[in-house]
Amino acid sequence: MKIAVCLKRVPDMDVKFKIAPSGKSVDETGLKFDMSDFDGYAVEAAIQITEKLNAGEVTVISLGGDVVQETLRKAMSMGAHRAVQLKYDGTSVDSYAVATALAAELKDGGYDLVMFGRMSIDTAHGATGAIVAELLGLPCVTAISKLEFDGRTAKMRRELEGAYELVECALPAVVTIDEGIARPRYPSLKGIMAAKKKPLDVKPAQLPAERLSLDAMALPPERAAGKIIGEGPDAVPELVRLLKEEAKVL
Amino acid sequence: MSNILAFAETRGGELRRAGLEAVAAARVIADAKGGQVHAVLFGTAGISKHAAALGAHGADVVFVVEHAGFTHNNPEAVSATLADKVKGGYAGVVLAASATGKDVAPRVAAKLGVPMASDVTSLTVSGNGITCTHPGYTGKVIQTVTLTANPAVVSVRPGAFLPKENAKAGAVETLAPSGDPSASRVKVTETAAGNTAKLDLGEAPVIISGGRGLKEAANFKLVEDLAAAFGNAAVGATRAVTDDGWRPHSDQIGQTGRLVSPDLYVACGISGAIQHLAGMRTSKTIVAINKDKDAPIFKIADYGIVGDVLTILPVLTEAVKKAKA
Repeated sequence: MKIAVCLKRVPDMDVKFKIAPSGKSVDETGLKFDMSDFDGYAVEAAIQITEKLNAGEVTVISLGGDVVQETLRKAMSMGAHRAVQLKYDGTSVDSYAVATALAAELKDGGYDLVMFGRMSIDTAHGATGAIVAELLGLPCVTAISKLEFDGRTAKMRRELEGAYELVECALPAVVTIDEGIARPRYPSLKGIMAAKKKPLDVKPAQLPAERLSLDAMALPPERAAGKIIGEGPDAVPELVRLLKEEAKVL
Repeated sequence: MSNILAFAETRGGELRRAGLEAVAAARVIADAKGGQVHAVLFGTAGISKHAAALGAHGADVVFVVEHAGFTHNNPEAVSATLADKVKGGYAGVVLAASATGKDVAPRVAAKLGVPMASDVTSLTVSGNGITCTHPGYTGKVIQTVTLTANPAVVSVRPGAFLPKENAKAGAVETLAPSGDPSASRVKVTETAAGNTAKLDLGEAPVIISGGRGLKEAANFKLVEDLAAAFGNAAVGATRAVTDDGWRPHSDQIGQTGRLVSPDLYVACGISGAIQHLAGMRTSKTIVAINKDKDAPIFKIADYGIVGDVLTILPVLTEAVKKAKA
């Protein structure tokens, strides 16, 4: 099975963000970067499929400046076989524009399965995968937490709010990956060494004019510090009083 | 054209609150543009019974698309029908940023060849287009974006646009689906309840959430009991707990789980890992119960009780029952 996984390099979210002086991006000083969470699940799921079949190939694709090569190498150190950097030195928040560039690369790749994380953790529109599917004319299933195959049919579980769906579609298809499918492995030393020799193609990305502009970024208002009202069950009456009289939620 | 289309989401033949919220958000754009809101309701025979509720919540016209192919979610047929309808002359289409809405919205955008904005929390209309705010970076950054393409495709965050009743009844018309909904390549074979909770995390005004401090899966009963005492509460969990299989992944609140904003969030035995805080920090009132007085959860909680959640929860449940009686 020939699988493509599109992934995005994003900052580590465990830190406090600052907004850059431009007001239109986060200040990247001191930030660490890695592949977006859901993309990591997709990479792991793809590798597991080829391991299970003992056949096939996983190509990881990322759009961005040369810094994305580090993320692509990491995916290859986990077990992806080859990588493509769609070189683009700008930043884009327009999922449609990004999807157009990715679809141009994927179009003639002969992939049986194209995987995305269900959204990137930074711009968080969660639209690129499904747009790519439409541009390629392929069926698409989003936010899947389980994936298996019955010949050329993918059988999936898709998460809804408080419910789930069992979904089937024939390959080739585009899927976007939710949590629960696979936890990304840590690259082994052997994997890291092997990744250095794996092919990483660099091609120029072709983005159409963007029609979603990022006007501003701001930090949300800080929560006011709360209070510890007491210890143990004895504090319960005071909590109930506050919920009733102050917060008015009871 | 200044009319806006709204996707009236249903599940299992029932209209979802998400559908009414899409109408409410569409109303914001339509009112600014001096246009109408037209809702599209998909389902099997009889789904038209929900048209009145959509009309009563702000839809000027409700288009009903009845077909056996809409027994389950059918994103291919829904997006094709919505996109064709929009092409007939609308300034935009609004969906809820639910699992279904997030699935359909990008397909509609792609069919129309326009960009889209997701998970939108506020909307303004200007000469240049539709300006939206939406949280990114796991809610740590608020991004303001402008859609300059026409029509615009927007999905709105659950809870951000509240359904409003109006006195006017909407007109009801039937609409033929685009193509054959039974021929979609993506087949949903079954829709099943993921958990036993009556209320969904995205819709419940109160969420009672449990973490490792509960010590074992069986003690989640204490969390469920408190939720039952409130009566309008859903049960959530931390990633540690869902990873351990105490609760399904769909209950997870946090960076890679659900992002929620209830009126009241009660964190039981949750220390407050940054990934968890990302999912619930926009709750209006936060209560934390935890043994460790230095736990990060207390830094964002409005009210905290230091102590063993296993001894405090039963007392709190009784007190809430009494207060509600």
